[in-house]
Order: sequence, then structure tokens, then C-alpha cells
Amino acid sequence: MLAIKLAIRNLLGAGLRTWLNVFVLSLSYVMIIYMNGMLDGWNSQAKSDMRVWETGGSQYWHTEYDPFDAFTIEDSHANIPVDFNKGIAAGDFAPVLITTASIFPEGRVQSVLLKGISINQNVVQLPSTSMLGEWDDIPAIIGKRMAEKNKLKKGDLLTIRWRDVDGTFDARDVVITEIFSCNVPSIDAGQVWIPLNTLQEMMQVANEATIIISSSEDDLDILSAEFVYKNFEFLTEEVTKIIQAKSVGTSIFYVILLLLAMLAIFDTQVLSIFRRQREIGTQIALGMTRGQVVRLFTIEGAMHAVLAAGLGAIYGIPLLLSQAKNGIPMPEGTEDFGMAISDTIIPEYSIGLIVGTIIAVLLAATIVSYIPARKISKMKPTDAIRGKVQ
Amino acid sequence: MEKEVKIQLLELVKSFPMGKREFLALKGIDLSIYSGEFSGLVGPSGSGKTTLLNIIGSLDGPSQGEAIVLGQAVSKLSHKQAAHLRNQSIGFIFQTYNLLPVYTAFENVEFPLLLLKKSSSERKKAVMEALDWLGLADRAKSKPGTLSGGESQRVAIARAMVKRPEIVLADEPTANLDAENSHHILKTMVDLNKSLGTTFLFATHDEKVIGYLRRIIHLNDGKVAADEIIEK
Repeated sequence: MLAIKLAIRNLLGAGLRTWLNVFVLSLSYVMIIYMNGMLDGWNSQAKSDMRVWETGGSQYWHTEYDPFDAFTIEDSHANIPVDFNKGIAAGDFAPVLITTASIFPEGRVQSVLLKGISINQNVVQLPSTSMLGEWDDIPAIIGKRMAEKNKLKKGDLLTIRWRDVDGTFDARDVVITEIFSCNVPSIDAGQVWIPLNTLQEMMQVANEATIIISSSEDDLDILSAEFVYKNFEFLTEEVTKIIQAKSVGTSIFYVILLLLAMLAIFDTQVLSIFRRQREIGTQIALGMTRGQVVRLFTIEGAMHAVLAAGLGAIYGIPLLLSQAKNGIPMPEGTEDFGMAISDTIIPEYSIGLIVGTIIAVLLAATIVSYIPARKISKMKPTDAIRGKVQ
Repeated sequence: MEKEVKIQLLELVKSFPMGKREFLALKGIDLSIYSGEFSGLVGPSGSGKTTLLNIIGSLDGPSQGEAIVLGQAVSKLSHKQAAHLRNQSIGFIFQTYNLLPVYTAFENVEFPLLLLKKSSSERKKAVMEALDWLGLADRAKSKPGTLSGGESQRVAIARAMVKRPEIVLADEPTANLDAENSHHILKTMVDLNKSLGTTFLFATHDEKVIGYLRRIIHLNDGKVAADEIIEK
């Protein structure tokens, strides 16, 4: 209690020196919470967009299917198990058939993934109903990235070449019936979506699918030797990894920020030992024990973190709340980022993040204050009173 | 009636390492300081005055011999016990005042009472009383930087006296003061000595201080050269 009282007195008495340190440290609080909040918000937004546009609640994959190995795609399809039929009719499942194909935009050849999805599905937000109706050519939908890259627009015809299940090449024209805009590049870049039954016909694999998207997160325990359940965490694992990698990168930034703040406190405390030697000697002469002096200096340093939390709250709370409400606009070009990222990210500031940051900064400030304070305990009071540098 | 011994020095030796050799600052001092004395260690620079004062104040320990202060052998005190002795019973007055720079005069005087865990009301009463004795009540809120040398030393005296210590150790208390302030401060200390019965021990070579002493202990080259009682 005495140490706290004296530490407050010393800090307030030191005036500007204290407030400069406190301000730098408060920046660390706000920046760490801001950066982490943005990453958490991004993570949450990316997963939410993926659920809406791509993954649904969970999926059932053909056992051979590996989205990162193009060679598995040709063979990864099988009859949709009958257990799914009721759910497909009810709109709870959306079977997707996937094959590789080539398109020839402006006379160039480009490999794409040709995906068939039932027109009436409503498990994911893909505008599949825009392929409804009578068309002279095969109706197809593509994403904005795909359209921009290949200079395609609604109504354009595109020649597509594929191989059926026997390996026979065939080619037909597709007409672009809709160009959708979404934040999930993995259903957009290099992909052409056509009606499921059309693709089944083209590949001569009636009633077959590569994956089945479920609106539910639960494993429905459907008995199938050819399809395996993949939960939402698995489906968004890559995003989680990317966010974690980003988080590590960002951590370096705020660790540097934190180190700068700690250095300021450490410097202040080390400087204090030399500058305030006489003061310390006097305090010892007046009856303070060495332990009390160490405690006083440690608390004095840690108090910087407490004051910084208060100062950070004064300008940080309105700033962070405003961003949590209005979001952080993302710059142009993020659509090529390789993962789901919206135009505006709404940061998420959890209690855990805020409390964790405060504890981390407080702990760091206490440690860097304790180290020079410990040195004080070894100082001879007679030398300290004379201000003799040791 | 026999006076109570407050400080007893027995064959006190203090040496400091100087390179590979030892420098003997005190060479076997035997001395007793009695209750209520207004005495001084007088001698040239390097005679061992401050070293002796530091040992009596339990800021340093003897190399040989013993210093018994208020019945406690300094060499046997732990850091904590020494701090307790200083806190409870010894007041220090330094040549350079040694006021805590970020505290006001009030807070400086209050500091020893905080260590003694006195209540807020007790502290306030005692501090204002001490500042009043020294004519500084109106400077209570001033910081050391805004005080004159004389005022600073008076604050230091108030700080030393506020806890009513049994012994006050003053190391060259007037060295940085002009004659007028020196006399003013010395008169104050004489008054405090008379009214409270506090034992004062000075380390000085200032003639102004020597003029007020009632016992002069001459130190020379780490030894007591003479010990004279001045009848006043």
C-alpha cells in the first residue's frame, strides 16, 4: 500500500517524463488490440463468407477428392448415396460435380475447374437460379474475378472443352448468364459453374457428384463408403492457417511496438537509478528497507502500464468502437489476396483480447522495471547518498 | 545523576579497499555520546567524520570493533533491522539537504511518518507542527526546486525531527548556507535539543557550527585527537 502510494506520488511528481512514457505505452495497448481485433474480425468474416458462398455448414467429399491435387479430380466422383436424396429435395444438400476443362477466351486456352451444381439449390449463395430457363447453349455462371481476368461479360459465349468419363474429348459453347460478386476467391477464380445435370450428362456420369454441400454443421452419419464427412473447421483450415500466419507477422509488428515501450520504461528506470541515486540513498537513510525500494521502483514502472491502460482507454475506446461499428475499409486489389476478404472488415474486440493485452503489457512493464530495481538493492547507501555512480 | 549512553563506540576501525591496499579511515575509536548532548565531530576533510557518522547511522558497518547505538550493535544488524533503527530512532540532516525532488516540502517531511505507518491525520498534524517550528508552514506546498538553501535545510531539519528521533546526525548541515541562514538553523537545532532533549551529533569543520557545540570531539587521521566539553 505504501509502495503504491509513493509510486503514484513519484509518477505524478515526475510530470512530463511519466506522461511521455505512458503515452508510448498506451499506443502499444491500442495498436495490439486494434491489430488483433482486425485479424479476428477478418478471420470471422472470411469464415462467415466461406460458409455462405462455398462450404455450407459441412461437406461430404468423395474419398479420392483432393482440391489441391488436380490429378485426383478426374476420378473423384461417385453415385450420390440415396440417403441424401430426401435432403437434396428439401434443399438441405447441394451436390457438386467437379471436373477439369479448358476454355478458349479470346483465342487463348485456359484450364478451369468446371463445376456442376443443382440449379434450385439454396445451400450456398451462388446465383444458380440464373441458369434457369431455355438456353441455346449451356448456361453458366462465373465470378467477378474470373470475368475480369478473361474479359467476359454477361451474355458472352465461351467455348469449353472437357473429357467424359471414358476420356473422350468434347467441346461446346456456354453462355454466361450471370457474373456474381463474392469475397471467396476459391469459388470464383478459374471456375465455371453450370447446371449439375448438364455436367453429369456431358461427363456421362448420371446422378454422380464429387462433393455434397450440407447446410448443417452436423455429421448426419450417412452410410457411404465413397463419401466422407468434412466438418467446417476442416473446410476452413486453410483460412485459419493464413490468419495465423498473418497473426505471426502482425505479432512481430506489435512486439516491436511493445519492445519500444518497454525500452522507454527500462531506460526511465535505469536512468532513475543513476539520476535518483541520492534520492534512493536518502530514502534508505530515512528508514526504507532495500526490499521496499525495489518494490517501490517495480511498482513505479508497472504503474506506467496502469496509467497507459487508462490513457489508452480514453482515446482507444472511441476509436476502436467506431471501427467496430463502421469497419475498416480494405484497399483496392485485396480480391487477389487469395482468401476471402471483404471491402470492409469489421474488427472484433473480445474481452479476452483486451484483458490478455492488458495483462501482457502489465507483466512486461513489471519485469522491465524489476530488473533495474534489483540493481538498486545492491547499491551501498553511503555511496547512493553521495550520488556516486556505480 | 548519570546520563544515559546513546552511542558507544568500542575500538572502532573502518577500512576501505584502495586498489590492492586497505585505507584505514577510522583507527580504533572509543567514544560515548550521552542523551541530550549537542556535540560535534570536528576535523579536517578525510579525518573520518562522515565515515563515523555513517556507521553510527547504521548506513555502514565497522570493519573491526563495535558501534552500539541505542543498545544495538550496528555490526550485528541485518539490513532490515538497520532500516528499522534509522526509521524509528535516527534523524539525518545532510550537507546537500537531500530532499526528494518530486515531493513538496509537506511530502518530504511526511515521508518518515509514512514509513512509520502513521495515520493520515497524525501525519498531517505532525508535519504541520514541524514546519511551523521551522517557520515553513506557508511553504508546505512548495517543491524543493523553488526553495532557497536555508528553506531547504529547514525542511530537511523538519523531516529529521518530525518523528521525534532520539538521535539526530547532521553532516556538515551549514556547508551550503550563508552565515545568517546558518545561525538561524543552528539556533533552531539548539532550541529543539533543549525542548525535546534530542541528542545531536554533528560532523563539521565549520566555525559557525563549532560555536554552538557543547562538546567538541576532535578527529584527526581517523583517531580522536581531543574531546572537550564546552561550558555554556
